[in-house]
Amino acid sequence: MISGLLGLLTTLRWLFRKPVTAHYPKQHLPVQERYMGFPALLWDDTAAEPFCTGCMVCVRECPTQCMSAQMHDNPKFASGESHRRKIIQTFEINLNRCILCGICVDVCAFDAIEMSYEHELSSFSRTGARADLGLLLELGGRYTETTQWQATNPEKNVASVALAKRAAAKTQAGEAEGKA
Amino acid sequence: MEGTAAPMSAEPQTGVVDMMLNMGPQHPATHGVFRMVLSIDGERVVGVRPHIGYLHRGSEKLSEHESYGQVITLFDRLDYVSNLNNELVFARAAEELMGVEAPERAQYIRTILCELNRVASHLLFIGTYALDVGAMTPVMYTFRERERVQNLFEHVTGARMMHNYFRIGGVKEDVPGDFAERVRSVVRHLREGVEETDRLLTFNEVYLARTRGVGVISAADAVSCGLTGPCLRGSGVAYDVRKAYPYEVYDRLEFDVPVGEFGDCWDRYWVRLQECYESLRMTEQALEQMPDGLVMAPGRRIARPPKGEAYAHAENPRGDIGVFLVSDGTDKPYRVKVRPPSFCNLVGLERMMDGAYVADAVAILGSLDIVLGEVDR
Repeated sequence: MISGLLGLLTTLRWLFRKPVTAHYPKQHLPVQERYMGFPALLWDDTAAEPFCTGCMVCVRECPTQCMSAQMHDNPKFASGESHRRKIIQTFEINLNRCILCGICVDVCAFDAIEMSYEHELSSFSRTGARADLGLLLELGGRYTETTQWQATNPEKNVASVALAKRAAAKTQAGEAEGKA
Repeated sequence: MEGTAAPMSAEPQTGVVDMMLNMGPQHPATHGVFRMVLSIDGERVVGVRPHIGYLHRGSEKLSEHESYGQVITLFDRLDYVSNLNNELVFARAAEELMGVEAPERAQYIRTILCELNRVASHLLFIGTYALDVGAMTPVMYTFRERERVQNLFEHVTGARMMHNYFRIGGVKEDVPGDFAERVRSVVRHLREGVEETDRLLTFNEVYLARTRGVGVISAADAVSCGLTGPCLRGSGVAYDVRKAYPYEVYDRLEFDVPVGEFGDCWDRYWVRLQECYESLRMTEQALEQMPDGLVMAPGRRIARPPKGEAYAHAENPRGDIGVFLVSDGTDKPYRVKVRPPSFCNLVGLERMMDGAYVADAVAILGSLDIVLGEVDR
């Protein structure tokens, strides 16, 4: 009897407090900074092309094989606008299969893929969960905007920095040759 | 089944046939897709036959086709309420195979997260078990508290449940800067929350009537059935892998192993409740001791252990989980065998149920705290 009353007292205390529940579709709780949503591809502004070179390492390492990618020769490499010889041509992620594990981000050496904050991508079309290159880059754009994303290895991956570094190395080599 | 085994009702000797009652696979009290066929004599259960396999996903076989790093994602999904504890045991088995050891800081991070995961798992048990035996309120309180742990995990690992955070030789990345403060605040709130649930439920008369003296299993029986974890300790056997075979940093932490007295449902509940307090204590100690440094052992990123085999086990919220790992020298395991505690604890179900009321069947099954993802794998 006493314990029952004690229990009632406990519940009574919470009767006058604010509810902790968030009513989901009407109210969205903010995601945490490290939140892993669907993967997204990132855009290199300095060369106006994606970071992704289509090296396929994420495709191979994905535990559910939800990705497919194709690369081709980068025309901007020939014209000297970019340091990427190859560039991604098509990229598709089946978001129904993706388990949001983040392994693709771990293995990527080109800063090309990140787990975005997107998690509400349901659509009415049957192929709606197949994210193509355009959608993935769009998601990536939103992600970089909200997080002020910076490349972890700009010397290797950001086109302007990498080209400048190469040019500097070339002139240095040229000077050394001139001296000799 | 000899010795103390209770006789099953297989052979009707007087021409009387027991009634068979099917329970599950879709029954709210089985916490998943578990089916048991009860043999009933009047209001008493005289036999029980569990049927498993409704959630079989072939995790062990799938592991043979995934690289070591990818297998961790499968282990997340075994016992889906204590994901980090599962990740830990696989990572430890692979580390043993490769002969690497996680840096100290990584071990502390793992320990803290695992202990918090234990609290979250036990809170889920307390809430849903109270629901099983007819108490509607505690589940609201325990889920509210569990949410704090989930939020912390999202903050640290990026995912609320399927974290994929532990790696072979450490953890994925260092914890965020405000980790210590957040853990302290979570621990403070959790302690209040657990105390509140304690007040609400533990000595409630109705709850005691439903659980005291129900589903009794003696210490000898519990040992011979191979029970582990709170189910074993509820019967008074103080066996805890963290004490008996300390791993990670448990040998540096001070904690007690709560044991029950009678081995009934209430004791199993009580042990879990006390473990929540102990886990919170351990978390605080580990946080105090946590050093700075690396969180990942130096070495190759792709794990390729040498030929050989290794066994690692750890104390999961549900019991002693073991992983037997065989490597053939490639980047994929040759064989991954899991000893899931929920599955092994189901062995004790028959003895606990023998002679119990049909109405108590749910209470007894619930007190085992099985997770079907782990039972079926």
